[in-house]
Amino acid sequence: MTDSPAFEPSKGGVVGQPVNRVDGHAKVTGQAQYAAEYLLPNLTYAALKTSSIAKGRLKSIDTAAALREPGVLAVFTHENLPKMAQTPNTLAGKYAIYGMHMAFMPLTGNEIFYSAQPVAVVVADTFERATQAAALVQVTYEEARPVASYQSANAEVFDPNGQGYVFDLKKVVRGNPQASLAASAVQVKATYVHPINHHNPMEPGATIAHWEAPDRVTVYDSTQAVAMAQSSLATILGLPQEQVRVVTKFIGGGFGCKFNLWPHTVLATLAAKAVGRPVKLVLTRQQMFTSLGHREDQEQTITLGARQDGKLTTLIHEKTSTTSPWDIFAEPNGAILNWLYACPNYQSSHRVARANVMTSTYMRAPGESPGSVAMECGLDELAAKLGLDPLEIRLRNYANLDPGTGQPWSSKGLKECYARGAELFGWSKRSLEPGVTRDGRLLVGWGMATASYPVRPAQGRARVRLYADGHALVQTSATDLGTGTYTVITQVAADALGLPMANVRFELGDSNLPTAPASGSSVAAATVSSSVYLAIQDVWQRLTALAVRDSQSPLFKALPADVVREQDQLVLKKNPSKREKFSALLQRQGLADIEGVGNSKSGEGYEADQIAFDNKPGTKQTKRSMYSFGVHFCEVKVDPDLGTVHVTRWVSVMDGGRILNSKTARSQIIGGSIMGIGAALMEGTNRDEQYARYTNADLAGYHVPINADIPDMQVEFIDGHDPYVNAMGVKGIGEVAMVGTVAAVANAVYHATGKRVRSFPIVPSKVLGSDAV
Amino acid sequence: MNNFTYTPTNSAKEATRLRRETPAATYVAGATTLLDMMKVNLVEYPQLIDINALPLTGIEQTANGLRIGALERMSDVGEHRLVVAQYPAVSESLLLAASAQLRNMASIGGNLLQRTRCGYFRDAAFPCNKRVPGSGCPAQHGDNHGLAILGTSEACIAQTYPGDLSVALLAFDAVLTLENAKGKQRRVPITSFYVLPGQTPHQENILEPGELIVAVTIPAAEHARRSTYLKVRERTSYAYALASAAVGLDVQAGTIRSARVALGGVGTIPWRSPEAEKILTGAPATDETFRAAAAAALRGAQPREHNGYKVQLAQNTLVRALQNVATT
Repeated sequence: MTDSPAFEPSKGGVVGQPVNRVDGHAKVTGQAQYAAEYLLPNLTYAALKTSSIAKGRLKSIDTAAALREPGVLAVFTHENLPKMAQTPNTLAGKYAIYGMHMAFMPLTGNEIFYSAQPVAVVVADTFERATQAAALVQVTYEEARPVASYQSANAEVFDPNGQGYVFDLKKVVRGNPQASLAASAVQVKATYVHPINHHNPMEPGATIAHWEAPDRVTVYDSTQAVAMAQSSLATILGLPQEQVRVVTKFIGGGFGCKFNLWPHTVLATLAAKAVGRPVKLVLTRQQMFTSLGHREDQEQTITLGARQDGKLTTLIHEKTSTTSPWDIFAEPNGAILNWLYACPNYQSSHRVARANVMTSTYMRAPGESPGSVAMECGLDELAAKLGLDPLEIRLRNYANLDPGTGQPWSSKGLKECYARGAELFGWSKRSLEPGVTRDGRLLVGWGMATASYPVRPAQGRARVRLYADGHALVQTSATDLGTGTYTVITQVAADALGLPMANVRFELGDSNLPTAPASGSSVAAATVSSSVYLAIQDVWQRLTALAVRDSQSPLFKALPADVVREQDQLVLKKNPSKREKFSALLQRQGLADIEGVGNSKSGEGYEADQIAFDNKPGTKQTKRSMYSFGVHFCEVKVDPDLGTVHVTRWVSVMDGGRILNSKTARSQIIGGSIMGIGAALMEGTNRDEQYARYTNADLAGYHVPINADIPDMQVEFIDGHDPYVNAMGVKGIGEVAMVGTVAAVANAVYHATGKRVRSFPIVPSKVLGSDAV
Repeated sequence: MNNFTYTPTNSAKEATRLRRETPAATYVAGATTLLDMMKVNLVEYPQLIDINALPLTGIEQTANGLRIGALERMSDVGEHRLVVAQYPAVSESLLLAASAQLRNMASIGGNLLQRTRCGYFRDAAFPCNKRVPGSGCPAQHGDNHGLAILGTSEACIAQTYPGDLSVALLAFDAVLTLENAKGKQRRVPITSFYVLPGQTPHQENILEPGELIVAVTIPAAEHARRSTYLKVRERTSYAYALASAAVGLDVQAGTIRSARVALGGVGTIPWRSPEAEKILTGAPATDETFRAAAAAALRGAQPREHNGYKVQLAQNTLVRALQNVATT
């Protein structure tokens, strides 16, 4: 066997096939264990008491009545919460913890910074007793006037000037945008306003903390990032990483809100240590609006300059949004404008205002998703102004090289996506004029938008144990958000081992297993599939090494480089009659099993290694820009009298590199598109200005789309393997699924009505009437 | 949620007796609204008296009209052939409400007593005159996007009844049969069941302590046979109405002989419009008549900062409902 070549699909292999979920049966029969479902002996239950004000101080907190309740074991407040070895309450502290997103831990002082901030944790022997006791904790406040958002009269908006957390939010300038704008034949300037969005996964945040010894804890947590949660908790608790185990076998959705470690997990872990029994804390749906972050409320202004033929000369993006009292966090919306179209002059800048709200966080395609609203709606407005077809203006500005760096693309199937999507949708029949297509009383509109998302750098490890009896165990700490990681990795392993899927068991979601990256930024499938593939290559190399030294093997004394794998056999390339099944080899060797490990890089790091490895002296290989691409087409029908908008047709065609399972991949694209339809038409968390508190914080008040809002959706993939991104050629599809979707809907509403609604969500009140909104 | 005693009962007599013994107790049927509110500590009851086993079911034709037992479930009533045939608006109002799961649980009597969805009422951290009399009404100058524009007061602008069924029942002159703790029954037209908020928004209806809704009777009428319920909302299902209209028309040779109009989503209580009915009655069934009726129905509207759109939306909803029923 030679050194780890890139994956090649085998004949009759299952990679790419629409295989049903391997965990489907366990899920529908209730056997899949989610974080809150470990029935440990002596389990106790925690409930949170949260603040009713958004800013001020605790004057008093009286826990006597709660403590008198039967079954109550403890009530923790800022006065008696066990000490942490490291708190995140300073920026330095937060960075030391690494996986903590918010530079604040509740119950560490008497100050109130946001409404529904936890002020007490009650632990009791039953859930009912804990929740009742929490209601009996008496709190009095000294109240101060809060700031509700960047829009508030008392908000101070400022330029973070590189101080941003994760995204530095520096002003970026390429070319000479001001001069090119002034010289451009056509200009469009538009401001889009977005409310707070909440992720609202089906499964709420949930933790069971179990101290198995005074210095050793296992935490069952609903997290997208097992390894990061482990290291963060270890730092907070002052324990070696090895003494903290985080287990997440199943997740009921996350969308980014379960990427980082949040206070409730820490509070449950500290409480469990203090009461000496396992503690379970499950957030209520209401608490889900104030515990795991959100997509911040924001407005963004795009200025486009173009030539008369529609070719872009200038893109300027300015964003203003709300951040928390401690952190400067904002999605970097302007970034996508720097690579999406060939445009020589570009500028992006951010402004933020601190308000009495918890720190906002990553939500599906943070930056790219809202940024694509500005880009794709703005371009639609430009096309309308020039009388150009929206698809035509995109083709005229097609970027053959990355305009931000001048680099070639690792792969870009966007033109094919456009062509196929337009064909499936029937785009050529679209009227150029808006507001003229009718279906009875209803106005019909067609809109489209481009999608793109980076292949983010990531690295992860996997271990594969192949048994002589023809079964295999594959292990990494990765998580399955519900998107199909269990399934697609089992497919990859089965093909690479030459075994049926039923013989492969893939175990994930445990920090005791080899470290994989978090499920987030669309890196999981790419990195985990590659590391598993490489671990299996390692297995075959070890088997080859055994075979060529084994005098009874048909491959005895062969050069390892001359040995290849076919299904579950090692074969001599030059003389294929010389072959041996791995099981026979292992049995003869007296080995019950053999193990391999794989470390994979994805994105920039993978490419850098390839270039370094391939480079001959005197040659220089070009770096490449790595992105997923795609396009969404949308039809809406608008009732002009009632203001209602229904999405009636949807077509997505995506280029995500190699597609590991066409069924789970389709579900990802559908899910992202539905999330976009929600953000476009109905989702928004409203806040009372005076109290800085949400007024619709439950699933009756916060509308996510239901089945009747969604038409049959057509999804196709431009299936292509990208050799530059990782060993498997996977670019990722989870995030790109949502990018462009909000704009596709908004553009369709414009085409239906002739009215631009620039404030989201596009609810009936905004569609009605002739006022611009 | 507080600790409570749970007591199943199987007769109205026993239920009302229990309630008399513990005045702070409450009845529970489908529990679809009650448990939601208990879970977030909006209400506290020491005892829940389960009335599901009471013999308050049955959908039957009577001399006074169709009598529906208060413990019939929303889905059963909405799909019942007599309801569909004689009161299409009532059927539609039920089937457009809530979700399939909730409709299978929620009782007709309980539906009439559902509580407001105003965000300020639904969160005990806010002041709310309806929940805590005299504490204030931040909705007046706050997030009032979804709230009422008719029948409002300085104390409250919430829809006391945010749902659908009562709007249809109101249009077609339904009568509620109530039974008190002494086993005595009285009949109350739904038109006088709900109470405007005025300065006492915590008083929502004319039920006396311990009194049970045992049945709803809807009189037969041609305008009820030719009726519809139209609901406009921010998602296609499982959302409360921004505006809704229950209308019925008896049209003979192009002229409206009798008309019924009630609006939902816009009034602090389900909103019957005699003004609109007056314009419609005797007039030709034309768009012009419908628009005049809609304008009359909304004439007294008092929108706040974020719900001004409802004036137009409710008129358009009403016009569309009248058009739909006129062309059937």
